Amino acid sequence: MGYSIGIRLIEDFLAKTGTGRCVSFKETAEVISKIGFKIFLNIIPTITNWTSDGKTFSLIIEENPLAEFVELPDDGKSNKELWYSNVLVGVLKGALEMVQLDVDVFFVSDVLRGDATTELRLKLNKILKDEIPAGED
Amino acid sequence: MSSQNIINPSTSKPTGLKAGYNPSLGPIQLPSSYQSQIASKSRNIYDHSVFRRTPEVNLSSLSFLFSAMIEQTQQTSKGVQQLEAKLNSYGYGVGNKFLELITLREGKSAKRETRIVEVLQFIHSQVWKTLFGRPADGLEKSQDSEDEYMIIDNLPLMSQFISVPKDFNQLNVNAFTAGIIEGILDSAYFQANVSAHTMAADGYPLRTVFLIKFDHGVLEREAIRFSR
Repeated sequence: MGYSIGIRLIEDFLAKTGTGRCVSFKETAEVISKIGFKIFLNIIPTITNWTSDGKTFSLIIEENPLAEFVELPDDGKSNKELWYSNVLVGVLKGALEMVQLDVDVFFVSDVLRGDATTELRLKLNKILKDEIPAGED
Repeated sequence: MSSQNIINPSTSKPTGLKAGYNPSLGPIQLPSSYQSQIASKSRNIYDHSVFRRTPEVNLSSLSFLFSAMIEQTQQTSKGVQQLEAKLNSYGYGVGNKFLELITLREGKSAKRETRIVEVLQFIHSQVWKTLFGRPADGLEKSQDSEDEYMIIDNLPLMSQFISVPKDFNQLNVNAFTAGIIEGILDSAYFQANVSAHTMAADGYPLRTVFLIKFDHGVLEREAIRFSR
């Protein structure tokens, strides 16, 4: 679900903000948090835990509008298996893929599962080449 | 626990522990490990205030999520009717809870509506304002039949960016909103069926009519109560 949202969301994002190409992945991180999340969910996640090669970072989501008034059932399964806000993962993956960034996105922790923070981790695999869609020479 | 001294009916098997009061066993205390598990949850939703409004979320985020929801539902349903029924049932759950929330938030000024027209006015103004930021555009009574009422929205928020393909001619995605209305009416003890129909008017191609058809019993009750 999230992936197909992301693919379309990026167009809306670019149309609204008119931001240009990011020079570095660091800048991408800033844009995602300070502009992307701000526009669409009205929150600004904190960027932390950069790895030394500058390819992986975490977004700490303090207030998750998706998870407002949500509690996972106490069946012993859901708080081990379910990432409630996993739709965000797809959105980020889809949106970034449309701007030629192949990233892995995954949740590390979620307050709904009883963790202290909600943490999303983004890992840059590679920068895709600009490709002209087939049939549009 | 003295469960061995109690003769259980032959059909009942001692089930797993459940919190609360069991008539054959008396009050059941959960093991302490369970208690601490709950207490250790860093944040409990019951600590949140219901009066707190979440920061507003962009309309496009809502639209994206809604469209993904429709897409998902469409893949799993056979045809337009089933799709609408499913959307309706999603909304139903929202409506059930929403009535409770809106009454809680109103606090002391909250009032339980007992007449059909009043509960409809409540939905038309209060509910619509809280959900969509403005009252609905019209509330009408059907001329043909006693039990049908209509709430009219000229530009429904949910389907603002959705255009329905030709081969889905009868589809109106506001079935979701219709479900919300149905949920609210049902939990207010006004059993009804609500459906959404597109009825374009000049300048409002998306104008939607929510047709509310009350159960026979509701009308009968109304007649007995207020016929003096």
